[in-house]
Amino acid sequence: MNIIFVLIPLALLLVAVAIGAFFWAVRNGQFDDLDVPASSILFDDDEPPAGGSG
Amino acid sequence: MATDSGDSRAVAACFHCGLPVPSGTSFRLEIGGALRPMCCPGCVAVAELILGSGLGAYYRYREQPATNPERAPFVGVDELRRYDLPALQRTFVQTGDGAVRHATLAMKGLRCAACVWLIERHLRRQPGVTEIVINLGSERAQLSWREGETHLSTLLGEVARLGYGAYPYRPDWQETARHEEFRAALRRLAVAGIGAMQVMMYAVGLYAGAVQGMAQSHRDFLRVVSALVTTPVIVYAARPFFVSAWRDLRNRRVGMDVPVALAIASAYAASLGATALRMGEVYFDSACMFVFLLSLGRFLEMRARHRAADRVEGALRRAPETATRLVEDRHEMVAVHELVAGDRVLVKPGETVPADGRVADGIGWVNESMLTGEHWPRRKAPGDAVVGGTQNGESPLTIVVDRAGSETVLAGIVRLVDRASVDKPPIARLADRVAQVFVPGVLILAALVALAWWPSGPDRAFWVALSVLVVTCPCALSLATPAALTAATGGLLRRGLLVTRGHVIEGLFRATHVVFDKTGTLTRGRFRLVRARALREVSVDECGRIAGLLESHSEHPIARAFDAPAADGGRSGHLRDVVAEAGCGVAGILDGRHYRIGRPTWVAELCGTAQPTETPDSDAVSILLGDEDGPLCSFELDDAVRAEAARTVRALQDRGLAVEMVSGDNAAAVRRIAERLGLRTAMAAATPDDKLRHVQALQASGAVVVMVGDGINDAPVLGTAQVAVAMGGGTDLAMSRSDAVLLKEDLSVLVDAVDLARKTRRVMLENLLWAVGYNVLALPLAAGGFVTPYWAALGMSVSSLIVVLNAVRLGAMVEGRPMAGSALGKLGAMAVEPPA
Repeated sequence: MNIIFVLIPLALLLVAVAIGAFFWAVRNGQFDDLDVPASSILFDDDEPPAGGSG
Repeated sequence: MATDSGDSRAVAACFHCGLPVPSGTSFRLEIGGALRPMCCPGCVAVAELILGSGLGAYYRYREQPATNPERAPFVGVDELRRYDLPALQRTFVQTGDGAVRHATLAMKGLRCAACVWLIERHLRRQPGVTEIVINLGSERAQLSWREGETHLSTLLGEVARLGYGAYPYRPDWQETARHEEFRAALRRLAVAGIGAMQVMMYAVGLYAGAVQGMAQSHRDFLRVVSALVTTPVIVYAARPFFVSAWRDLRNRRVGMDVPVALAIASAYAASLGATALRMGEVYFDSACMFVFLLSLGRFLEMRARHRAADRVEGALRRAPETATRLVEDRHEMVAVHELVAGDRVLVKPGETVPADGRVADGIGWVNESMLTGEHWPRRKAPGDAVVGGTQNGESPLTIVVDRAGSETVLAGIVRLVDRASVDKPPIARLADRVAQVFVPGVLILAALVALAWWPSGPDRAFWVALSVLVVTCPCALSLATPAALTAATGGLLRRGLLVTRGHVIEGLFRATHVVFDKTGTLTRGRFRLVRARALREVSVDECGRIAGLLESHSEHPIARAFDAPAADGGRSGHLRDVVAEAGCGVAGILDGRHYRIGRPTWVAELCGTAQPTETPDSDAVSILLGDEDGPLCSFELDDAVRAEAARTVRALQDRGLAVEMVSGDNAAAVRRIAERLGLRTAMAAATPDDKLRHVQALQASGAVVVMVGDGINDAPVLGTAQVAVAMGGGTDLAMSRSDAVLLKEDLSVLVDAVDLARKTRRVMLENLLWAVGYNVLALPLAAGGFVTPYWAALGMSVSSLIVVLNAVRLGAMVEGRPMAGSALGKLGAMAVEPPA
C-alpha cells in the first residue's frame, strides 16, 4: 500500500491544476452567462439570406 | 368601422409578438412556408428584416413571442446620433487599440436565448463590428467596433430595427461589486466542492482502516493529506462565514453564522490537533462537506438576487441625455446635467423638455400626461411654464431654464418616492427572527452537553458537543425560507412577474388589499371608440369613414381609436389639405367639403355656431366631426378596460382580498369603470399625495397593501405599499420604485402570483416544521453521544437537501410548460419542425 505515498500527492497535483483551470475560466468570464451558450449550441448557423423561410 | 363590435372573427395572435391582431387589419407575411398573421406594420417590418438577413431560424429557436416593436420606446435616428458626440461618448466609451471603441449597453426587450442569437448574428454582419457579446441574465451587451467604419448610432439603430432597445450604459460600482462577488463565490464554491470530494475520499480510507486496521504511517499520511486539502477550504472557501460571524459578534448579535463558524473552526482546530499529536479523531470530512453544502445554498440564493438587481438597474438607469443649448444663436449639444438656470434651450418637436423653465419663443403643444394623466396636450406660449420630462408636440420651442437637475419637479417626485421607500415598514426575514432565539440556545446547549460529558474524558466531551453543534445547526432552518422564496421567485418569473425585492412573496400571501391605478393598469391606456352618434341625416358608418380618413393623418393617441380606412377604392384621393392641429384635431377637404374632427369647440368654429347644445352625457373624451354646415357626428372615446381586468378582480375577491381603485381621473369615469369591474371602493380625482395618504391610512388600520400602477404619478404610492407591482409597459420611474414588474401585459398573472405565494407559505411552513422536527429528534441522540460528528454532518446535510428539494417544487409548479430542460425541449421542437 506504500504506493499511496506517490499516488496521492500526484492526485493532489492534478486537483491543483483543476482548480487553477477553474479559476482561469472564471476570470475569463466563462461562467458569466450560463443560459445563452447552453441553448445557442443548438442553433444552426446562418441560412442563405434569400429572403428564405425558417 | 363605427362601433367596436366590429366583426366577430376569432382573434388571431400576431406571429411575431403574440398580441391579438386587431380586427379589420390584414398584415400578413410568409414565414416558414405559411402565411402568418401580423398585428401591425412594425411587426411586419421587423419580421421582414429578420427573414431578409437569413435569420428566419429565430422563429424556430425562440421560446417566447418577441416584444412588440411599437411598444418599445421609440428612438429616432436623430436621437441615436447624439451618442456619436465625442462629448457624450467620453462618459461611456472606452477607446482600445487604434480606432477600436468599446461600450457597455443596456438591452431592453430580450426574452430568451434566441433574441440574443438574433441580435449577435445581425450585428456581427455589420461592417466595423469587432465583437458583440450579450448576457441574457444581466441584460448587458459588450460591443466593440472600429470607429470610422461604422458609428455607434448606426449599430444602435440596427438593434432598434430588430425591435429591441440598446442604450449606452455606464456600470456603476454596485454592479461591478456584484460581478466581483459572483466570481469570488464561484471560486470559493469550486475550492470547497473539490476539496470536500478529495477529503471524503481519504475519509473512506480512514474509516475502512479503522474497521480493518491499517498501518499507523498510512493513517497519519492520510490525515496529513486531509489537513492539507482542508486548509484552503477553511481559510479560503469558508471565509465569508467567519467574516459574517465576526461582524455579528462585534455588533453584539448572534446571527446564523455564529454556530456555523464555531462548528467549522472547532472541528478544524481539533482535527489539526489530533493530526499533529497522532491521536484522537479527525473531522476534516465533516468540516469540508459542511462548508461546501452551506456555500452551495448561499451561492444559489445570491445568483437569484443578483439577476434581479441587474435587471432593475437596467430599467432604472437612463442613458445620458442631451439638450440643445443656444449660445448666441449657435446650437450646442450638451449633456442635460450640464444645464444651469438661465440657459436658453431649444426643444425640438417630439423631444423631451430637459429641465423646468419658461417658454421664450415659439408656440406649441406640450404633452404633460406623465405628470397629470391628461391626454390632451397643453398649449404653451411665450411666458408659460414648462416642466422637465414632459413631451414637446409638433413645433419647436425655445425655453429659458429656471430650475435644472435636482431642483426640477421631476427630481422632487423622485425624492418624495425615495422617502416613501425608506419609510416602508421592514418585514424582517422569518429565519433571522428565529435565529435570534434559536442560535444562543444551541450555543448554550452545546456548552452544557460538553460539561455533562466532561467526566468521560475531554476527547469524548468534545466530539459529542461538536455533534450537537452540527446536528442542531439551524442550517435547514436557515434554508427553509430563503430556498422557498427563491424557488417561488423563479416560478413567478416564468409566469411573467419579475420579483425584484425579497419581501414580495411574504407580502403577497399576507396581503389584505389590492389597490389598482386606473389608467394604464386596469385600462390599456389607449383610446377606444365606445359610441358614435350621428347628429344630422348622415349615417354613422359614413361619418366613421370620414373620421377614419382624417384621423389617419394624425399621430395623436386618439387617432388610433379610429380604424384606418381599408386600402381605399380611390375615394381617399379626394381628401386634400389635411392639417393636424395639435391639441385641437384634424382638418381637411374631402370631395370639396371642409371637415374638422377633434375638440367640439374647435370643430364648431368651422360653421361659426357655438358649441352644439347636445353635450354627451358621459365623461369619456368626446370629439366631434363637423363640416361647414355644423356638427355631423359625435364620437365618445374611452380608455379600453383590459379584457382580463374583470376576471382578475373577481378572482382576487374570491381569494378574500379587498380590491380598490385609485385614479387621478374624474369621478364619473372612475365610477363607471368601478361598476363594470365590480369594485366597491374607488377613489377619484386623486393626486399622487392623495393616493399616498389613502394607502397609508389603510396600512394604519392594519392592512397589507399590494399596489399596482404604471405612471410617474403612481411612483410615490408604489414606494409606500408593502408590495408594489408596476406594469412592464409603464414608466421607468414606476418600475424602479416597484418590488415586482408585470412582464406580460396580463393582469391575471397577479392571481397566479397570489396563489403561488400562498403555496410558498405552505412549503415554508412544511420546511420549518421539518427542520425543527429534525432538530428536536436529533438533538437528544447527539447529546446522548449516539451520533458521531460525521453522521451529524450527513444528517444535517440531508435535512437541508430535503428542505431545498421541497422548495424547488415551487419553481416547477408551472402548468403545461416544458420545464428547465429547455434545451431538450428545443431539440424536440426542431425534430418536429425540420429546417427549411
